[in-house]
Amino acid sequence: MKKFSDLLHSLLYAPQRSVKQAYLEEFIKNTKDPDRGFAISALTGELSIQGVKTHLIRQLAYKRCDPLLFDLSYDFVGDLAETVALIWPTKSEKDIEIKISDIITALQESSKLHASDYLEGLLDQMPETQRWALLKLVTRGLRVGVSARMARLALSKSYEIEVDEIEQIWPLIQPPYLELFNWLEGKADKPDARGKAVFRPMMLAHPLSETEITKIDFSSFQAEWKWDGIRIQLVSANDDLRIFSRSGDDISSSFPELTRPLEWQGVIDGELLAGTPLKIGSFQQLQLRLNRKKPSAKMLIENPVFIMAYDILFDQSLDIRGQTMEYRRGILEERISSDLKMPYIGLSEKLPNPNLSNLKKWREKCRAGGLVEGVMLKEITSVYHAGRIKGKWFKWKRDPLTADLVVLYAQRGHGKRSSFFSDFTLGAWTYDNAEEKKILMPVAKAYSGFSNDELKKLDKFVRENIIKKFGPVREVNKTLVVEIAFDSVQFSKRHKSGVATRFPRFKAIRWDKKAHEANSVSDLIAMIDI
Amino acid sequence: MVNTSWLKITKPGLYVLPAKAHIDPIRAVDTAIITHGHSDHARPGHKHVIATKQTLAIMSARYGENFANQKTALTYNDKFTLGEVEVKLIPAGHVLGSAQIVLEYENTKIIAAGDYKRRLDPTCVPFQVEQCDVFITEATFGLPVFCHPKPEDEIKKLIQVRHLFPERSIAVLAYSLGKAQRLIALLRAVGYNETIFIHGALKKLCELYQSFGIHLGSLQTIPLDKIENHNRSLANKFIIAPPSAIGTKWAQRLPDPLVVSASGWMQVRQRAKQGGVELPLIISDHADWNDILRTIQEVKATQVWITHGREDALIHACSQMGLDAKALSLIGYEDETE
Repeated sequence: MKKFSDLLHSLLYAPQRSVKQAYLEEFIKNTKDPDRGFAISALTGELSIQGVKTHLIRQLAYKRCDPLLFDLSYDFVGDLAETVALIWPTKSEKDIEIKISDIITALQESSKLHASDYLEGLLDQMPETQRWALLKLVTRGLRVGVSARMARLALSKSYEIEVDEIEQIWPLIQPPYLELFNWLEGKADKPDARGKAVFRPMMLAHPLSETEITKIDFSSFQAEWKWDGIRIQLVSANDDLRIFSRSGDDISSSFPELTRPLEWQGVIDGELLAGTPLKIGSFQQLQLRLNRKKPSAKMLIENPVFIMAYDILFDQSLDIRGQTMEYRRGILEERISSDLKMPYIGLSEKLPNPNLSNLKKWREKCRAGGLVEGVMLKEITSVYHAGRIKGKWFKWKRDPLTADLVVLYAQRGHGKRSSFFSDFTLGAWTYDNAEEKKILMPVAKAYSGFSNDELKKLDKFVRENIIKKFGPVREVNKTLVVEIAFDSVQFSKRHKSGVATRFPRFKAIRWDKKAHEANSVSDLIAMIDI
Repeated sequence: MVNTSWLKITKPGLYVLPAKAHIDPIRAVDTAIITHGHSDHARPGHKHVIATKQTLAIMSARYGENFANQKTALTYNDKFTLGEVEVKLIPAGHVLGSAQIVLEYENTKIIAAGDYKRRLDPTCVPFQVEQCDVFITEATFGLPVFCHPKPEDEIKKLIQVRHLFPERSIAVLAYSLGKAQRLIALLRAVGYNETIFIHGALKKLCELYQSFGIHLGSLQTIPLDKIENHNRSLANKFIIAPPSAIGTKWAQRLPDPLVVSASGWMQVRQRAKQGGVELPLIISDHADWNDILRTIQEVKATQVWITHGREDALIHACSQMGLDAKALSLIGYEDETE
């Protein structure tokens, strides 16, 4: 535990990636199994301890601290593990000797009630840094600036093995990764993925910048629509078919209609969309299906989904990721037209003649059509490579919509933003029949898109213009106009204004504008896609 | 019967009606009683300023000798009649010259504590507990997560890190009035006697502290043009600088600086991480949660007024202790520059 809490502390305050990686390498070399594997799984977010949920931790804290004081503290600190660690009374400043694997095993094997008592006992014996590390370990989400990728790089460097090899077998192994370490140390064979329905890391696209547009030789690229759904991976193995999200989460159970086993085996990359290949639905329709673990039969009929396929990674047992885009595309078209015959799978069409003027035209059309977000460009000679590889795949999103809105309310942010008013509720004008005058109606909440300097100025504005307090919320003078960018506007029954904006973020602070110059709710309604 | 009707909240801040004086006003007024020299409390432009002689000296250093038409220097615990109010200043333990303002009028005693702390600080007179009817407190660290460790222990981390990284310079970020001098004095108190280097912005205030007899030992100012790139002579040395110095040319010329920040905010990890802090030191010039509560109990006030900070939590805790508490929500006092 001491090694783990020291590692977390060092990682958190290490200023550079290289230093973080060095700490990780040192830890991997000097820590025994299974502790090191468990520690890595905690860092990569793959460790899950059933029964220990944030709710349990919060209830524990309530036993030791006035609930209101705890909630106010949590609101300020913005991190549950840290809040509990700080607020918990310290009995001894001495680190205790215990293995993290023993803690994890004890928690995994115990009932909820027992787990709570066990944690409470540990917290009572530990000094603050250990409490923090313990709570971080059991609640996931360590926030010490280590990505899964960085952990794999550290492993790769420690054992002088290509990181790609580690990436490839990662989906096959479970914490504490004994098979991995045995292989890395030459004690066992490399874990084998064949016949297993496991996720393969995805290839991602770069946003296309203005300078790149002028440099690109469009003739060596394939163009497609950028579909407005969620990226998925379909994996078909022996009598097993699974759908994974972009981050590798298994979301099969939410889409039972897609997961009937197939004769064909392999891996397809595509977009999950609402509707059918013949009648594509909007993202809003898709949202009705997302995050529903077990959709009802009625839901399946009323809100169908399908997969728009655009790439293939494995065909039968053949790994074709090393082949060119053009080659893979050929295989994909063949499988979809003849072998697969799934009603729930469509083919993402190639757009003809992808030259600059056509691309511009298509991108313009996106706005009016509403079902696509922009255009994709994929180099036809590119191999399928995990991660965001430079110069191979580009996404060129349509321009966002913008509106001038008035700041109505502000709230403090979380964590490192806890000292700033950084979360804003924004309003547009509408005519209020009861009051017989124009009023500002909340239409969006935004907390990103500004620079640190702008944040400081916004914070100053809030502090100087507070007129009322509602708990943590501050109402301000309605004088500040901000230009907000958003992906789309939709009708919404849940919002009083009747509209909802998708991913609103700051584009500019319009110190030069007066509140009466801001947009109205009807301006927003006019922007709704059909 | 406690009568508080003579203390008002006005635009410039707290106003003592029968004394015709404001406390730490945020804009220029006729008569101002100033608790301490931090720039959000001691602002320029008042006609008559009443404060300790140390605070007046700090204001002179900042705003020039003629920062007010009239200056009244009070010694701690000396009584002074202003209008119909009896005023005295007692130590607040925050920075050199910091004072609580004790006001007595018509059998009601009100203390405006300003900013204060209860922990070790070799550079100022410790906080004095005085009983009162109404205690006006700040609540910068008014949440139970803020439980500051002993400064004696925190300063040892600074000594340790110097042994760990002998090739690096140790850039300690500290607020230029109070925190910087306290850190120097704490280093001296644990036996560090070598020259400590300071950023030019600290020179005037360090000299002022020394002129009041505060022992800071050997200090050397390093101006920008005197630091050669990667100057080895600064390796393994402490360099104290204001937080704003980080990221400037001045800081870039230090040899492989290890950035230390000393503040009560360093307790919140995600916040400490900002600005590339490698070693956070939890050393605060404000009272932590337990010290605020302890102080409120010790002064035996029946009413607690909170000027600024995390007032919601403190009001709740006071009401649980059976005390009447309210937030004044005074604007203009910053709690970030701690």
